[in-house]
Amino acid sequence: MSKVTLTINDKKVQAEEGTTLLEAARSAGIEIPTLCYHEKLTPQGSCRLCTVEISRGQQPSRLVTSCIYLVEEGLVVQTETERVIKGRKMILQLLWARAPGSQVIRDYAVKYGVDREKFEVSSNFCILCGLCVRYCAEVKKKNAIGFVGRGSDRQVMFYPEIAAQECPQCGECWKICPTGVLPSNYAITRVPHFNWPVNPFFPQYDGK
Amino acid sequence: MPILDSPAKLEKFREEILSHRKQEKPCVTICSGTGCRALASEEVARTLVAEIEKNGLKDKVDIRRTGCHGFCEKGPIMVILPEDICYLQVKPEDIPEIVGTTLKEKKIIDRLLFKDAAGKSIVHESDIPFYKNQSRTVFGNNRFIDSKNIDDYIALGGYSALSKALSQMKPEEILDEIKKSNIRGRGGAGFPAGLKWETARNAPGTTKYVIVNADEGDPGAYKDRSLLEGNPHGVLEGLIIGAYVIGAHEGYVYVRQEYPLAIENLGIALEQAREYSLLGKNILGSGFDFDVSIQQGAGAFVSGESSALMTAIEGRVGEPRPKYIRTAVSGIREKPSNLNNVETWANIPFILNKGADWFTGIGTKGSKGTKIFSLVGKVNNTGLVEVPMGTTLRHIIFDVGGGIPGGKKFKAVQTGGPSGGVIPEKLLDMPVDYDEMTRAGSMMGSGGMIVMDETTCMVDIARYYLKFLSEESCGKCVPCREGIYQMLKILNRICGGKGKEGDIELLEEISGVVQEFSLCALGQTAPNPVLSSIRYFRDEYEVHIKEKRCPAGVCKSLISYYIDPEKCQACMICARSCPVQAITGEKNMVHVIDQEKCTKCGTCIEVCPQRFSAVTKLSGEKVPAPVHQKIKVRK
Repeated sequence: MSKVTLTINDKKVQAEEGTTLLEAARSAGIEIPTLCYHEKLTPQGSCRLCTVEISRGQQPSRLVTSCIYLVEEGLVVQTETERVIKGRKMILQLLWARAPGSQVIRDYAVKYGVDREKFEVSSNFCILCGLCVRYCAEVKKKNAIGFVGRGSDRQVMFYPEIAAQECPQCGECWKICPTGVLPSNYAITRVPHFNWPVNPFFPQYDGK
Repeated sequence: MPILDSPAKLEKFREEILSHRKQEKPCVTICSGTGCRALASEEVARTLVAEIEKNGLKDKVDIRRTGCHGFCEKGPIMVILPEDICYLQVKPEDIPEIVGTTLKEKKIIDRLLFKDAAGKSIVHESDIPFYKNQSRTVFGNNRFIDSKNIDDYIALGGYSALSKALSQMKPEEILDEIKKSNIRGRGGAGFPAGLKWETARNAPGTTKYVIVNADEGDPGAYKDRSLLEGNPHGVLEGLIIGAYVIGAHEGYVYVRQEYPLAIENLGIALEQAREYSLLGKNILGSGFDFDVSIQQGAGAFVSGESSALMTAIEGRVGEPRPKYIRTAVSGIREKPSNLNNVETWANIPFILNKGADWFTGIGTKGSKGTKIFSLVGKVNNTGLVEVPMGTTLRHIIFDVGGGIPGGKKFKAVQTGGPSGGVIPEKLLDMPVDYDEMTRAGSMMGSGGMIVMDETTCMVDIARYYLKFLSEESCGKCVPCREGIYQMLKILNRICGGKGKEGDIELLEEISGVVQEFSLCALGQTAPNPVLSSIRYFRDEYEVHIKEKRCPAGVCKSLISYYIDPEKCQACMICARSCPVQAITGEKNMVHVIDQEKCTKCGTCIEVCPQRFSAVTKLSGEKVPAPVHQKIKVRK
């Protein structure tokens, strides 16, 4: 594999061909916020928080998701332009309105100085990042949890018939859920006579 | 059944068909598109068959159930050839007269003819203003072809472009011709088809796919449906040529399940093409193999997006993915996959037969050829319209469409479906092409044109489209899922009389981010209905917010129905018709609407006799206190 050189935030960065902008930036110590990215999983570019601005020569700059876009020789990347920040703030505001109880959103909201009063908040907890869904499908290959519904009705759900078989021995998705609320989702699905594993966040839901 | 294993055999077969068809033999064509079928054209056709047999004319008259003629407003349509006599709104009970008078006595029945504005009867289909003002090319053959009979298509020169392509042209020559024609995608975005083909052709790999996108999902649009139903071989011929250029041996037609007639007719077309050796192994003896399968979609709007459509074909949930690597390079199962819209494919045989120069002679600088539009809404002649690119909106809506019904005033036209926007009266003289539409804040989209008159509220229209989009967004990416949801909440608030100062600016702010940060074109274009209506009708938004008034009288929370005591004649009609018994009244006493009970359905205003016109719609003003008084009898 050959190496390519690109510029991220005015810093020359070398990266292996085939790596993403996000990986290249992080390896150079440049932090880009993400919600739906996980190093073990195929990136899907759905939270849009990792969007950066790229340009090349005289071409007008454009926005791309750094978790998917691959490094290119001579590419100029800016991770914190005004255009990028404006979008990130709005995305965080929108997610805040959906899941105000989520700690990861709270932390980012503070960092980016998000106006939390902008939208009426609802009482969801899940931010629909899909880490659990992809972890179960790609790493565990069980598909015990998935998305149901479309658009603003989308939600994450355990499929009881698979979850009852697979989840008691596993529970790994709980640990990667950035909101920490997945176990309560699971508790709603649980079937009483199964022996459930201990919930790391809410030990009272150990099924006993 | 002929096996057409060489171009010469195709030509010979075509001559054979034509020799059996005598020009002078009368042929009655009955439109059997979805529109006419809904108006019972099949019953008309069956009655005609029976009547013709009864009169012993079975061998003297041909009957043909054709594809959509386009003038859906006046269906069922019947055209008698070769005289081109066009009868509109034909009912089964008209059939004996048609057979007796027109077919036997060769006389015309005046009452079934089209009447122009001056009341003059028009005999020939081609003289009717709706047709006369169009340039029918791609859609033109529909009315001559029995969609279920491949011979009809071949008789009209069908598959001659394919035969030319396979026997006389190298793939690169065809590609050059398509690139030279500069045809842009008819599905909405207008990407040059030739460039896409070239990318797919040059992409590494031996397994490649070609796809027909027939997932037409815009509210009000049905041109792809009518093309596929009416002339499936036209689309198929274009697809085979494309496959030959790109080097694909497998093709898909992705068509929504809600189009049963299109699926049926396409299925028949595929079977017939296979029987004739126009599909399958060794097409026309050229050594080129290619076959097509139909993939039915379950009606998700987002599945019309190319990457989502391809994931759906793979058997997964139809969700888009970022296209930093084009689908023409990595599409279905990561193989090069070239997707074009139904209408784009249907254009290809014409370009090859008539040449790229002919094609570029039609249209504007950046948009060549003709374009089919679904003209619907508040317009006299609802139907499918094909005009050269660059035709003005005024020509389409007023000359072809016959203007606005009921003497109402034109307000705006919504183009491009949920991804498009509204275009106001001052831009009626705008030539319609890809670039002008985008400049006006709308887009070509899949060719929907919804005409709106003065009784349409632009805020309510924006809300309608956002509601559609919030339900049809796949929900994968945050800006589209959450942004559209919040915008819809704001629009609901404005229409509900709870709009706040700053709401318009907030809508614009969210729109900017949804456009720039969404993953696919659905989200990137979703704010268009809102932004274009704010751009051209900002005052309507402001009146809703500041004065709590809906000028068009549409938004239920902002209107009240009121019976004018000066005009009411106590006829009891409204009181009896009110579905929630909100109207009190008795003989000789002015009727009164209980505003608490009223659900604002508008029944009272509809049933109040026109000579009284006592019910009025109020918006932004207080409803006068109810009176208990005797009516003032009008002389």
